[in-house]
Amino acid sequence: MSMTSSVARPLPVPSRDAPAGAGALAWLKTNLFPTWISTAVTLALGYIIVRIIIAFVSWALFNAIWTVPYSANGIAQTAVCQNIKGIGACWAVIADKYRLILFGRYPYDEQWRPAIVVLIFIGLYAVSAMRRFWRKELVLIWAAALTVVGVLMWGGVFGLPVVSDDQWGGLPITLILATFGLAFGFPLAVLVALGRRSTHLPAVKTLCVVYVELIRGVPLISVLFMASVMFPLFMPAGVNIDKLLRAQIAIILFAAAYLAEVVRGGLQALPKGQAEAADALGLSYWKKTGFIVLPQALRLVIPPLVNTFIGFFKDTSLVLIIGLFDLLTMGKVALSDPPWQSFSTEVYITLALIYIAFCFAMSRYSRGLERELGASQRR
Amino acid sequence: MSDATLDPRLTSGRVAPKRAMRLSWSDPRFRAIVWQVVILGGVAAVVWYLIHNTSQNLASRRIATGFGFLTRTAGIPIGESLISYNPAEDTYGRALLIGVLNTLKVAVVGIVLATILGTLIGIGRLSKNWLMARLTAFYVETIRDIPLLLQLLFWYTILQGLPAPRNALSIGGAVWLSNRGLKLPTLNWETAHTVALLMFIVGIVGTWWWNRRARLLQEATGDRPAVWPVAVGMLLALPLLVWAVLGAPFQWDVPALHGFNFTGGANISPEYFALLLGLVTYTAGYIAEIVRSGIQAVPMGQWEAAGALGLKRGAVLRRIVLPQALRVIVPPMTSQYLNLIKNSSLAVAIGYQDLVSVANTTLNQTGQAIEGIAVIMAVYLTISLSISLFMNWYNAHIALVER
Repeated sequence: MSMTSSVARPLPVPSRDAPAGAGALAWLKTNLFPTWISTAVTLALGYIIVRIIIAFVSWALFNAIWTVPYSANGIAQTAVCQNIKGIGACWAVIADKYRLILFGRYPYDEQWRPAIVVLIFIGLYAVSAMRRFWRKELVLIWAAALTVVGVLMWGGVFGLPVVSDDQWGGLPITLILATFGLAFGFPLAVLVALGRRSTHLPAVKTLCVVYVELIRGVPLISVLFMASVMFPLFMPAGVNIDKLLRAQIAIILFAAAYLAEVVRGGLQALPKGQAEAADALGLSYWKKTGFIVLPQALRLVIPPLVNTFIGFFKDTSLVLIIGLFDLLTMGKVALSDPPWQSFSTEVYITLALIYIAFCFAMSRYSRGLERELGASQRR
Repeated sequence: MSDATLDPRLTSGRVAPKRAMRLSWSDPRFRAIVWQVVILGGVAAVVWYLIHNTSQNLASRRIATGFGFLTRTAGIPIGESLISYNPAEDTYGRALLIGVLNTLKVAVVGIVLATILGTLIGIGRLSKNWLMARLTAFYVETIRDIPLLLQLLFWYTILQGLPAPRNALSIGGAVWLSNRGLKLPTLNWETAHTVALLMFIVGIVGTWWWNRRARLLQEATGDRPAVWPVAVGMLLALPLLVWAVLGAPFQWDVPALHGFNFTGGANISPEYFALLLGLVTYTAGYIAEIVRSGIQAVPMGQWEAAGALGLKRGAVLRRIVLPQALRVIVPPMTSQYLNLIKNSSLAVAIGYQDLVSVANTTLNQTGQAIEGIAVIMAVYLTISLSISLFMNWYNAHIALVER
């Protein structure tokens, strides 16, 4: 759907040439030094920024230490890092711990499996971002990708050794919690949103409203606490569901409530005439919903959907509080190693960069999409 | 859906004649009832199954249900509290109340500071100064892409890494920053201050009354008496005069280092400080975007038209632009405030004793998991719903009245 180019322009747009005297100097004059106040702001900000950049670069690059010697029994000798603490960064902690931070306690020789899983997730996001895959087959792609993820992580088939999920950790856990949360939360969210919009089923509508408002009214951490201490009580005696699955269920239920509101926004934005026309053609409720309403409504909400996903991608870090080994928790675990205890800034900056890489790509994408879809919506 | 939006042809007495419901699948009303019974029945069955399992599990673990534990002695040490608390005597109920107060303490201050910072950054993003616009855009982009929990841990470690009180960083010898937190001077409160404060409140009421009178007069005659001299007189001069008459007491209680720690002044604990810092900087990133889009939502033509009518710039902002921008800003701002309140529950990760933290300790000590989580959820739901209700009322109050 390349509607962007089809927007008719009634009048030729006047050419937007820069005024005479264009060039670097003119640009500086209009954008940095137009008035006395603006000049003062530019100079003050410029000074502060330059100072900060110089301080940061000399800390992070010029004065940094990249490797440390190890003693005979393999313990890192961090005295050299301790000496320059505050003056230079000690990136040796990342060099020492990056496998632990990224893949947790997954057996060292099998860590190519979570590495491939991370790549599969990135590929899955990339495929879902492409317009030409926005069709029903995308569901199959997701199902296939998530199955492969499960097989790779657990193993037990194709000669892969079994790795139980209490050994999983790091980035794959973060990606699994977020992606499975979306994959299972989304269908639930669509049902809840439809239920909330239904006019003929007041009881179902009430149920959906209560569910959405209840979940959205409480912090995620209380839902996670519920999963970690109350779910075991819910199960019949002798049945145990493990910690990761409990947290995953909590995230799915939590995500579904937020996604339901996003989907409801799309349903509301769709002109009523669409549903009425479908009714007039005599389509059943499910045909009307499946063929007319949802395909249009869901297309409208893809940008806010991505934004919601960014939100709970970050929120998965809360599983730290209930003791699951996601990326952030592994950072803390790495820092609990005595030689590295005082180098938290380096580790936190690295973790932040990983989160930023994912979130920034997604938010850029969603903003571009919003602009594009917006261009075709505006008339 | 309200009646007002119904098709007028339906509401003017031309309602379809009511027919008796047929017990047939082709009757939509019958189908609706069957569906609802099936769905509600399914949900009820699941809920009953869970309750049944839970009660059996509780019985086999010999955990008594109920809120009786609230009156038992807590024995939870709580570092900071707005009301008096003694772990050896006070109950779990009081400990949880302190948790609620601590949550509110960080939430209220956080909302105020985040709104101020966010508004400044949002306006900065619209600045014509390229450097300012890029810098604030960079801030917004970065701060929103890092999980709040990571930011909190980062701030907390930074604060913990500060020098000990002996080598505390000082601003003017009155404000001290150390790994024990931030020490601030406080004013020695005297009767004169209370009276001055009362006079200030009187001033607010008086100014409001004078403003109303000025408006009525303007509507009646077209002349508007000046408001600002009265406002300055009532809000500033009156309290200052009273304070001066009562002897103008003005004594600071400045924190001073004695031995290993400070005495005097007020203390902001590192936990509270880190939580507040994280919440404010994080939420400000979102508020900035809301403010920016709100201001951008008001077309330039509104400024120009108001200017053409001869309104002064301040009046244009107050009477034309802000009311329209607020209409766009208020709903998303409400949800950011609610997010901030809910995010304050991350306090548990850095050891600030908010509601979630106290409730978590309580349920670990007593084993009353269900009750503990019920308390957390009930409190947050109450806060969320009351803010939503208030904001819905406010939103309806400022909404565009159409026909």
